[in-house]
Amino acid sequence: MKSKLGASPYLVWMVAFVAVPLAIVVYFAFTTKDGAFTLENIMGLGAYTTVFARGILQAMLATAICLVVAFPIGFFLSRMAPAHQKMMQMLIMLPMWMNFLLRTYAWMTLLERNGLINRFLGLFGIGPLQMINTGGAVVLGMVYNYLPFMILPLYTIMVKIDPSVIEAAQDLGCNVFHVLGKVLVPLAMPGITTGITMVFVPSISTFIISRMLGGGANLLPGDLIELQFLGNSYNYNLGSAMALVLMVIVLLCMSFTTADTEEMEAMV
Amino acid sequence: MAEDRIIALKDIVVDYDGERVLDGLCLDIRDKEFMTFLGPSGCGKTTTLRVIGGFAEPKSGQVFFDGRDITRLPPYKRQLNTVFQKYALFPHLNVFENVAFALRLRKVEDREVKRRALEMLELVGLKGFERRNIATLSGGQQQRVAIARALVNQPRVLLLDEPLGALDLKLRKEMQIELKRIQQSLEITFVYVTHDQEEALTMSDTVVVMKGGAIQQIGTPQDIYNEPKNAFVADFIGASNIIDGIMLKDFLVEFAGQEFVCVDKGFAAREIVQVVVRPEDIQIVPAIQGQLTGLVENVIFKGVHYEMHVRQAGYEWIIHSTQAAQVGELIGMCIGPDEIHIMKREQEG
Amino acid sequence: MKRGRLLKRVYMVAVFGFLYIPIAVLIAFSFNESKSRAVWGGFSLKWYVNLFHNEMILQSLAVSLFVAFLSASIATVLGTLAAIGINNMGRRARGAVMTLSYVPVVNPEIVTGVSTMLLFVVFNGQMSKFLTALLGTEVRLSFGIVTLLITHITFCLPYVLFNVSPKLRQMDVHLYEAALDLGCSPRQAFFKVVLPEIMPAVLSAFLISLTYSIDDFIISYFNSGTVQTLPIAIYSMTKKRVSPEINALSAIMFAVILAIILAANAFDAARERRLARALRRTQWEAGQG
Repeated sequence: MKSKLGASPYLVWMVAFVAVPLAIVVYFAFTTKDGAFTLENIMGLGAYTTVFARGILQAMLATAICLVVAFPIGFFLSRMAPAHQKMMQMLIMLPMWMNFLLRTYAWMTLLERNGLINRFLGLFGIGPLQMINTGGAVVLGMVYNYLPFMILPLYTIMVKIDPSVIEAAQDLGCNVFHVLGKVLVPLAMPGITTGITMVFVPSISTFIISRMLGGGANLLPGDLIELQFLGNSYNYNLGSAMALVLMVIVLLCMSFTTADTEEMEAMV
Repeated sequence: MAEDRIIALKDIVVDYDGERVLDGLCLDIRDKEFMTFLGPSGCGKTTTLRVIGGFAEPKSGQVFFDGRDITRLPPYKRQLNTVFQKYALFPHLNVFENVAFALRLRKVEDREVKRRALEMLELVGLKGFERRNIATLSGGQQQRVAIARALVNQPRVLLLDEPLGALDLKLRKEMQIELKRIQQSLEITFVYVTHDQEEALTMSDTVVVMKGGAIQQIGTPQDIYNEPKNAFVADFIGASNIIDGIMLKDFLVEFAGQEFVCVDKGFAAREIVQVVVRPEDIQIVPAIQGQLTGLVENVIFKGVHYEMHVRQAGYEWIIHSTQAAQVGELIGMCIGPDEIHIMKREQEG
Repeated sequence: MKRGRLLKRVYMVAVFGFLYIPIAVLIAFSFNESKSRAVWGGFSLKWYVNLFHNEMILQSLAVSLFVAFLSASIATVLGTLAAIGINNMGRRARGAVMTLSYVPVVNPEIVTGVSTMLLFVVFNGQMSKFLTALLGTEVRLSFGIVTLLITHITFCLPYVLFNVSPKLRQMDVHLYEAALDLGCSPRQAFFKVVLPEIMPAVLSAFLISLTYSIDDFIISYFNSGTVQTLPIAIYSMTKKRVSPEINALSAIMFAVILAIILAANAFDAARERRLARALRRTQWEAGQG
């Protein structure tokens, strides 16, 4: 109980299966198939700029939509009676417990050319619209899968906001927009940044959502990586370089958001 | 004296995070006595208790129990038990099972477990609480369970680490009497840690005043109160007037610009000393009759007595009296020879 | 004000509709006689029947459960030991270990997946060469249940640590000492006092590990070789586009999850009620005294 020895199997395990593999990724990213040092893999990524740009753009779009949709929900939830809050929280988490493949599959059937939505629109003489296999469907899939990840941190932080703070702001002459911009958003900032990371990271690195809802034409960085390792391209070195870049993008995103929280803490 | 000592500490040194917590501590604890470690937080009193209990290992020095060196013995092999700060009751066990814990561990027979655990619960006045969940007990009740649990093994020494710290004043007073009763009826040694001087004086046979990892004074409550060895002890034991004086000769001391007859001797001629006068030992008399005259600066009602701050020639005196003077009044102060206590002057720093 | 409340209500219904309608449609069509995913052809349970005769699904379910229980168990033991060890560390060492533990949590799953895949590729390659030379016959180590287990244990471990560590830190440090004081050896103190005290956290760590393991697709996808877990089987079914058995599977999974969550909640509520009742009794007695 007093000893630190208990941690050693864990440490050995984590070094062997977390640290070492990442080191191998770095090694592969900077070597050729024969093991010679090269920058070619990294340089070669220029050809995939459009895919990475699309990935970042779609992930950002999905994150922004999630934030806008989730913010009011988080707020409404935080102002409910505690018993209701608990139930609502469960309702939001419940879909997350379904495997994301099934959730994505559900949208596949809805968005199909002769899917339920197109049939419904057909009743009014609209369509059929091309919905599946578009960039929009991919973003929709991201929003649907990761929306709870945005709602929950927002709700968690907003529960802690004292209602009298909002009343005080109104008392001092704030209208709804001022309350939002000058009180609610700044106070909820830690939740916002957590939510952004929790949506952006899985969105930028997904490869199944794009495959199932985007068809072949809307490749994302995740798909590229998958192709290098298990697909037809089969190039571990190039794949490692891609994984490395993806990791850097994620780290950059996180460093922005955590810098924000530190600022917040400094302000308080 | 030496024969009936149960615990002896020899030159105990304890470092914690590179800081010296106990600095060469030596101490004898007699069998069946109620000994209290008294001092401000960080003085090393809890560490001393932990060394005795086996929870803190000294860097050097030895601990003897009944003449046997137990310095390296782990806690579970020592014949003493502890009542912890905030009780440390096992939340997953009910009252009875908490008390029975040590017996079950030793695989004592069921009937015997029941008999002894119930006996202990009765001793601490918790009969009928056996099946209760720990979380539903009040602080005072939890305290009693902790005592019963520690006593069930019939230890020869019970260590108590500020056991009453979390209780309110009224309950604390009750528990003080209760603890003293338990100690006397079981005839075992209690080693008690507190920062409350009143608690220490009320309950103990012996008080050990500590500061900075070293013992300042050991003695009976009366000794400590009436004959503090230095200004720290005098101050910590209760609000005191402590001022510098000059020993003119045996039985004569000068302080506050006056000469006083006292009962102390054996100092060098004109030695600079410290004089302690308890607030309740200063008599208020009409201004002309006083050995000293002072101006009353404020008067606070304290329930049993009034506390007055009196300014006299650059000194500020604290006086406790059942009679109140008026603020702004000029009063006389008399101090009898028995009320003056002379201490060697401490070299600070 | 009134209009505001209506607006709020509509908005909430819309968002929850967005979250639940796809699942509801999925479940509804699991009872569809026709193979179509848009046209209702009458009520039928045939997809459920088919599902229970689908060797691939049943086998992958067995694999998933086996991997989940084994990896969750190992991760819980290792992680709990680690939490105890880390609790006894200095602040700086603890910070370093925690940082390492955060890596798999924040890293994109696909990066975690390919990084361990590379590790196994390298290791298997070297090891096969070595063994072939040693034994004189061709030996080829490949991906399979072992690599799957290792990766699952790895991504569960940090969650165990993050669950158990706070509970340990909350625990009164004197509890352990009290056990020693009453005669427990360090081992006994751990099993009789510390473990029961942190048990709720250990259990929830185990359950979380179990669900993460059953749910994981991406990391398994890169590290399973030819072994199929349930999510991998589902993925291969979605590639075939039309297979209403997936709907039946979704419905069953949803029902199971719902039942587990409701049971857990009922259990929690009952415990809270019991404690509240006991507390009331104490207060009542205090009032009497």
